[in-house]
Amino acid sequence: MRLFDNAKYEFLRVRKQAYLASLLVLIPGILFLAFRGLNESIEFTGGALIQVHALDSAVTIGGIRSALGDQGIRGAELSTFGTARDFLIRAASVDPETESEASAEATARGVSAALSATFGEEAYRIERVEAVGPRVGRELRFKALMAVLLSFGATLIYLTLRFEWRFAVAAIGATAHDILLTIAFVSLMNLEITLVVIAAVLTIVGYSLNDTIIVFDRVRENLHKYKRQSIYEVLNQSVNETLPRTVLTAGTTFAATASLLIFAGQVIRGFAWVMAFGLVVGTFSSIFIASPILLWIERRWPGEDIRGTKTLDSPRVQPAPTRAD
Amino acid sequence: MTPSIRNRLLGIGALLALALFSLWPREVTIRALGDDGRMTDVVTQKTPLKLGLDLQGGIHLALELDESKGAVPNREDAIDRALTVIRQRIDEFGVSEPIVQKSGPDRIIVELPGERDPARAKSVVQRTAFLEFRITDMQGQFRDAIPRIDRALARAGVSAGVAEAPASPLAGLLETDTTAADSTAADSTAADSLVGGPGALSTLLFEGGVPGEYLVPEESFPRVDSLMRIPEIQREVPRGLELIWGAVPRSQGTRSYRPLYAVDRRAIITGDQLADASATLDQMSGGAIVRFQLTRAGGRVFGRETSRHIGDHMAIILDGRVQSQPPVIRSQINRDGQIELGNADLREAQDLALVLRAGALPAPLQIIEERTVGASLGDDSIRKGMTAAIVGAIAVITIVGLYYRFAGLLAVVALAVYAVFTLGGLAAVGATLTLPGLAGFVLSVGMAVDANVLIFERIREELKGNKTVRAAVDGGFQHAMPAIVDSNVTTVLTALFLFQFGTGPVKGFAVTLIVGILASFITAVFVTKTLFLIWVERKTVTQELSI
Repeated sequence: MRLFDNAKYEFLRVRKQAYLASLLVLIPGILFLAFRGLNESIEFTGGALIQVHALDSAVTIGGIRSALGDQGIRGAELSTFGTARDFLIRAASVDPETESEASAEATARGVSAALSATFGEEAYRIERVEAVGPRVGRELRFKALMAVLLSFGATLIYLTLRFEWRFAVAAIGATAHDILLTIAFVSLMNLEITLVVIAAVLTIVGYSLNDTIIVFDRVRENLHKYKRQSIYEVLNQSVNETLPRTVLTAGTTFAATASLLIFAGQVIRGFAWVMAFGLVVGTFSSIFIASPILLWIERRWPGEDIRGTKTLDSPRVQPAPTRAD
Repeated sequence: MTPSIRNRLLGIGALLALALFSLWPREVTIRALGDDGRMTDVVTQKTPLKLGLDLQGGIHLALELDESKGAVPNREDAIDRALTVIRQRIDEFGVSEPIVQKSGPDRIIVELPGERDPARAKSVVQRTAFLEFRITDMQGQFRDAIPRIDRALARAGVSAGVAEAPASPLAGLLETDTTAADSTAADSTAADSLVGGPGALSTLLFEGGVPGEYLVPEESFPRVDSLMRIPEIQREVPRGLELIWGAVPRSQGTRSYRPLYAVDRRAIITGDQLADASATLDQMSGGAIVRFQLTRAGGRVFGRETSRHIGDHMAIILDGRVQSQPPVIRSQINRDGQIELGNADLREAQDLALVLRAGALPAPLQIIEERTVGASLGDDSIRKGMTAAIVGAIAVITIVGLYYRFAGLLAVVALAVYAVFTLGGLAAVGATLTLPGLAGFVLSVGMAVDANVLIFERIREELKGNKTVRAAVDGGFQHAMPAIVDSNVTTVLTALFLFQFGTGPVKGFAVTLIVGILASFITAVFVTKTLFLIWVERKTVTQELSI
């Protein structure tokens, strides 16, 4: 079977539409981000999360709410988790500054005491408890941020060494685009930002870079091979040549991610959502975004060194045809 | 078969054998609960691939020194000693393969896989278990000091019943309306049971049953507790005495009182001198008690002290709370004694005996992070994760098989080898498989195909250029290599940072990713290529590839 064999799509011609499509997700995402903020998990804010499985039909959201209220635990956030019998209770620290490190754990204990007092020990089962003190939360947030920034920096350096700087900047630009869109998606879906979701975002960074690198690798090769062609033509040809691989790998990876999303359960669902969306965006950007960015950079800062030939006597290649625009 | 192919096959065989060997169940020594109820080293057959707490259930705790009640002098030493004590307690508590380790300079990580009673395990880990015996205030020095304390309170602007209690975390927590409580206390009690005049403190204190014992109505407990923290009051408490609360409220008639004890500042003996402790039920009362035995040296000290204090009352203080009403010392006590626990059940008494045996923590610890996963959720996660892995693998195999036909089948074989390599590699580096790790593995199956896809696409292109099959295969592998290397290196870079900065499950994910990428690289450039070479070898006649 062959898909996109000898494809000759004018991907670069639709770059404006592609930018527009990205903005359609990005702008609402940024608006949501600005007005609602990110839904950070208690891992970062500090607080307690308790997952309860009801063994008795008396245990409902309303029941839990009044049980907690009776014991003086207020401001807890309640939601069902996967099924109607599984509940998540989130009691975030109200004011992380004034609370002691042990307060989260004490809150978690208070929640289970309140449930026992109202429903009895046998009516529910505690599936999961996460209690993180505010200082530990700040540490985790800092570490997550460092992981993202440092992995970004390291990839930029590696790409600059392996490719020409324009490629590195374009690849990072495309990846930044993917991260922004993924964050916009997380914000739109109101997904909870956990450490695992951050790990998913970083995986997307890796995947998206991977995708872009494979296109750029072909661009680099073709720039050598077809010295007479304009950058525009080379870029377009390279995207087309790598299209079967892009689509097939995206397909298999997406199949694996979809299976995670459908079968792997609620605990990992946030991770799976981010992965699934990130895959789509990563594939989209390596086809429609990365090469236009490279083209734009090349037109802004033209130079023969993009072809890897820095000799002065090599004939200057005629500028890219304007009909493309 | 050419020698080069034979060598390649030998290499693959060796790698596969290595991977399988590292996965093979082997004899490992683990700490487990023996038949006698003690932790012993047990040799058992086990696959070396560990499951994370999120998959098998269990507790993860991070503890730090609790300095909310005063700074701990030698912090590093305190943490090291606490580590030893917790290790010993966990050993006696009986959890298989526990982890008790230091993390950073001032943090202790405790992991108890498979533990089903988190509350109990937490109390065993966290309990300070500082035991001390002190003589109560036999001369009534504190009683005499109460008027002075009242005056000091008045000077500090605190008067009976009306003044706001100074902010106390406890008072805030319990949200007790202290003002209302005071008035009911004054209404409902006979005047003659009041300790003193109408001062701020004296109105809340009632004479207890033994020397040095005072009773505070339960609802006034937070207020008195906060009053006691005011420096002016602490200064007025007679030198050599200390005020310590009773562990449990006592009911008298319809009302509940919290006992407060004035005891010697100096302990006659502490839990350091404990040689053994065991729990039992008291024959007379039926309540749980802990019997203890002191060391020889401790017994001598205890004997000397108790013989000097015959007729006095001795308070047994555990973690800053007086246990039961201080009994009178009737005769010299040497090495054996017992602690009454009131209405505690036998299991609580057993846990107390356990922590007393293991020794006290040098300083109180607070839990700054807890992650508990129930065993059923863990089982559920494994089951669902496996389903996702199987479905995902089938989907990937179907896509690749349909798309590349026979070459696709080779890729599937390579994928199977990849899976064995990855799992073997994870076992070899002693990685822990977590739920995100499992998800990462499923994901990597999808991505591992990528290297194969890159190679196959290149071979197709080479074939289009009318090259011979052999040349096309060689050219395909050669041209795909830079892309494969670059993409793998960038992903490994990301994973390394995740590993460095991640905790728990995320670390598991990062390890899976790194091992997976290495395995996929080896598989693509070595296994797939060998399979191709064998295939091409047999196709000397036809010049077509099923790709």
